[in-house]
Amino acid sequence: MNRTLRKVGIAMIVLVVALLGNLTYNQVVMADRYRQDPLNQRILFEEATRLRGQITAADGTILAKSVPSDDQYRYQREYPGGSAYANLTGYYSLRYGPIGLERSQQDILVGDDPSLLGDRVQDFLTGRDPRGGNVELTILPAVQQVAYDELTAKGYTGAVVAIKPSTGEILALVSTPSFDPAPFASHSEAVQKKAYNALVPARDPDPLTNRAVTNLYPPGSTFKLVVAAAALNAGMTPDTSVTSSATITLPNTGGATLSNFGRESCNGQVGDVTLTEALAHSCNTAFAEVAMSLGADAIRNQAIALGMDSTESNIGLRVSASTTGEMADQAAVAQSGIGQRDVVTTPLESAVIAATIANNGVRMTPHLISRVTAPDLTTVSQTEPEVANPDAIKASVAEQLKAMMITTEDATPGAGQIAGLEIASKTGTAEHGTDPKNTPPHTWYVAFAPAKAPTVAVAVLVENGGDAGLDATGSKVAAPIGRDVLKAAVAAQAAGG
Amino acid sequence: MSVESAEVPGKRSRRSAPQTNPDGTPTVRRPTGRAAELGLLILVAIIVTSALALVELNQNRALSLALLWYGLAFFVVFGVAHLIVRSIARYADPLLLPLVALLNGLGLVMIHRLDLANTAKALRAGDDLPSPIAPTQLVWTGVAVAFFLVVLMVIKHHSTLQRYTYTLGLASVVFLAVPAVLPARFSEVNGAKIWIKIPGAFSIQPAEFAKIGLIIFAASFLVAKRTVLSTAGKRVLGLVLPRARDLGPLLIAMVVALGVLFMGKDLGTALLLFSVFLVMVYMATGRASWLIIGLLGFAAGAYIAYREFSHVRLRVDIWLHPFADPSNTGYQLVQSLFGLGTGGIFGTGLGAGRPDLVPFANTDFITAALGEELGLVGLTAILLCYLLLGARGLRAGLAVKDNFGKLLAAGLSFSMVFQVFVVVGGVTRLIPLTGLTTPFLSYGGSSLLANYILIALLVRISHSSRMPVERPAPPPAPLNEAMTEMVPIGDLRGGTA
Repeated sequence: MNRTLRKVGIAMIVLVVALLGNLTYNQVVMADRYRQDPLNQRILFEEATRLRGQITAADGTILAKSVPSDDQYRYQREYPGGSAYANLTGYYSLRYGPIGLERSQQDILVGDDPSLLGDRVQDFLTGRDPRGGNVELTILPAVQQVAYDELTAKGYTGAVVAIKPSTGEILALVSTPSFDPAPFASHSEAVQKKAYNALVPARDPDPLTNRAVTNLYPPGSTFKLVVAAAALNAGMTPDTSVTSSATITLPNTGGATLSNFGRESCNGQVGDVTLTEALAHSCNTAFAEVAMSLGADAIRNQAIALGMDSTESNIGLRVSASTTGEMADQAAVAQSGIGQRDVVTTPLESAVIAATIANNGVRMTPHLISRVTAPDLTTVSQTEPEVANPDAIKASVAEQLKAMMITTEDATPGAGQIAGLEIASKTGTAEHGTDPKNTPPHTWYVAFAPAKAPTVAVAVLVENGGDAGLDATGSKVAAPIGRDVLKAAVAAQAAGG
Repeated sequence: MSVESAEVPGKRSRRSAPQTNPDGTPTVRRPTGRAAELGLLILVAIIVTSALALVELNQNRALSLALLWYGLAFFVVFGVAHLIVRSIARYADPLLLPLVALLNGLGLVMIHRLDLANTAKALRAGDDLPSPIAPTQLVWTGVAVAFFLVVLMVIKHHSTLQRYTYTLGLASVVFLAVPAVLPARFSEVNGAKIWIKIPGAFSIQPAEFAKIGLIIFAASFLVAKRTVLSTAGKRVLGLVLPRARDLGPLLIAMVVALGVLFMGKDLGTALLLFSVFLVMVYMATGRASWLIIGLLGFAAGAYIAYREFSHVRLRVDIWLHPFADPSNTGYQLVQSLFGLGTGGIFGTGLGAGRPDLVPFANTDFITAALGEELGLVGLTAILLCYLLLGARGLRAGLAVKDNFGKLLAAGLSFSMVFQVFVVVGGVTRLIPLTGLTTPFLSYGGSSLLANYILIALLVRISHSSRMPVERPAPPPAPLNEAMTEMVPIGDLRGGTA
């Protein structure tokens, strides 16, 4: 019987060898595919145990960092900037996944980005725990904090974007209400769940929405800057006469009217006013007529040159596409001319428009990330200022617009005028909703300073009239915040060189 | 591989016999291997304790002296077993007990490690803490080792088992059938109706024990019918077909057992028993025709089962296309493959992976857990331990004199290796997944108990096979067989001339 026993012995070897062969296939040949399969949760857990890189502001202030923790994840994510920066950093949650920059810069922060390959190899060879790269932002904390504090002090729902006109660097990008990212990064699922449930189920206003880049708002009178640019470009001058009537009738609408604020004539004058006066006093009838005389294409072309009607873009955060809308007939053109109807912009785009005027008509691509560094802080990549459109507005036109905006600022009431700092601005008070006359308007303030040699452009949006209700105007609600942000930015840039 | 070079008893005694007492008289003493066994057990205790320490370190838990006590307690359990084996089976194969202790110890470490993971998971989710199961398994280990010793003490020689051929066969079949007739709440766990549940106390998986009873029955039956099975029969197409009446009882036992298992959805045990029966018939008769008949029957049965039974079809479909429904039916297998792939060649290290993501990681899928944390290298070592166990069992069969011992040892050894093949093959997608425990590694009292009984039988047979033939005084060669040349008496006795 020993003969057959030996054959069974060979059979046992064959069985085990078959298992080993198959294991080798799974653990060597297929290993990478299984390891990187998106369904494999181990990646997320593995990343969580790596030393994730930092997110820092322009002055080195740390906005997100990982510190050692004595549990199985080994590192705890912290957000020293708190809710003022939460719309930028987002959070890194093991339960809900990352959002914000934590998500878009994921590959760099965990060290998986191809540009960090060398560092990964070095970590592997030296046996050091793999570390991620760092992301440095263009944000100036002094500006960001002022903007956040002013919006939250009065409980406003809104956004502030500040841009350096000459480079496109985003100096502040604030959205309120915000949230505290810390509990989302907690290693306790219970804490994460609680934080999430407190924010997510249909909270209005939703703290997770980034109003500065995601939401689209009717720009209201701030859009008159675009119409004015188109008009000057078409041969009008700041002194060209335009109507001052309190009300005009829209063509082909069966008598629908469009009127000035408070149904008054422009600046209380009879007859015509200049284009400068019309802008300074935000006369709707004048701009509606100017828009109709220019036509939809001229307005749209100017808007496109200023960055609207493009596709969705990304500055590390997803930016919704601002648009002029269809402008199908002259009535629509008239309404669009005062920034209503289907015209919508993000606060970022409004800031870009102001920055382009400030930068003599050269539109720079706005950017938020200034530098990516390796774990050892050597530079991996640096964002160079990029011209998006060298001739968005003719330089001569931009010069005229600047002067008009200085006049406008002088004519604008509201608190916060600063001695020694000349500002060029335009306010906006935009109707919205299904019952516009009884819904508090969105209020805007776009501006730049110092007016003669601008170093910062700003757009402030406060939803639903802030605390002023139906009486809210851009000058009352948004302008004081905008002026403080401009002041802070000019001061911070002076201090930082 | 020792099967190939396995020594027949004659060879062995020639090598180990020439030892002399100081007075020049030959001795019949030969190494028992007990010292080697003790040394290996100490090594195993060190390995298992180190594995436990690694888990604690990787889970960031404080190392304490308690670990040493656990290691010591583990060693004491097997040390006691060693001492008793020394007195009642002193010629037993010295590799069997240490190999079992190693597998059992690694299983305990992994079960403990999964306990930690489940506790951490519950903490994060804020759920109630699950009670750890490693202590239960530890108790079962103690009970199983006690059973091992009891079996060794009760069965002084394996041939006594032959007296209970039909009793064991009948009892096994009945025991196996009990869950099928019990109401589901006393017999069903996770859809498989293969348990006897005693509410409030414990559950028994009769198949684990019936397997051994049926192998003893088959060995005894086949040895008795061996001659007639291997000679009588009709020749058809070059194959000698057996007479049905010669195989009657075995066929009945097999059909009933397989039927019961199949209806209880215990496909793994059905496959295991069928294969072991087939191989034992082949070993007893030496006829390949049996294998061919069996394989044809298996193919036909498998095809019909696939066509007629949805649960069989589902298993096969998952095996062929695990990623077709990765989060539902394919979940277990997909998670297992992810674990293996993530582990790769060297594994994540004990305690540093996420084996808890695989369902049933401490029972059916424990090899996937070990493959993730110990890698291909570790899992290969574990599979080779099983092959070595099987080979040493088979070697006992080759060396033992009686045919019953041969067939029993080979049957038990093959059943263990084949069980490993079925479960590991299923977990690694070599063959369709069927539920079976991994001997000694998996959590479960029945499995542990039954496999220790199996090892006790192998130890008993190996003791018989290695025990020197009692030769109080070598009988003088009968005159008619004596050589014709003159040889000093001392030479015959092994003395030097």
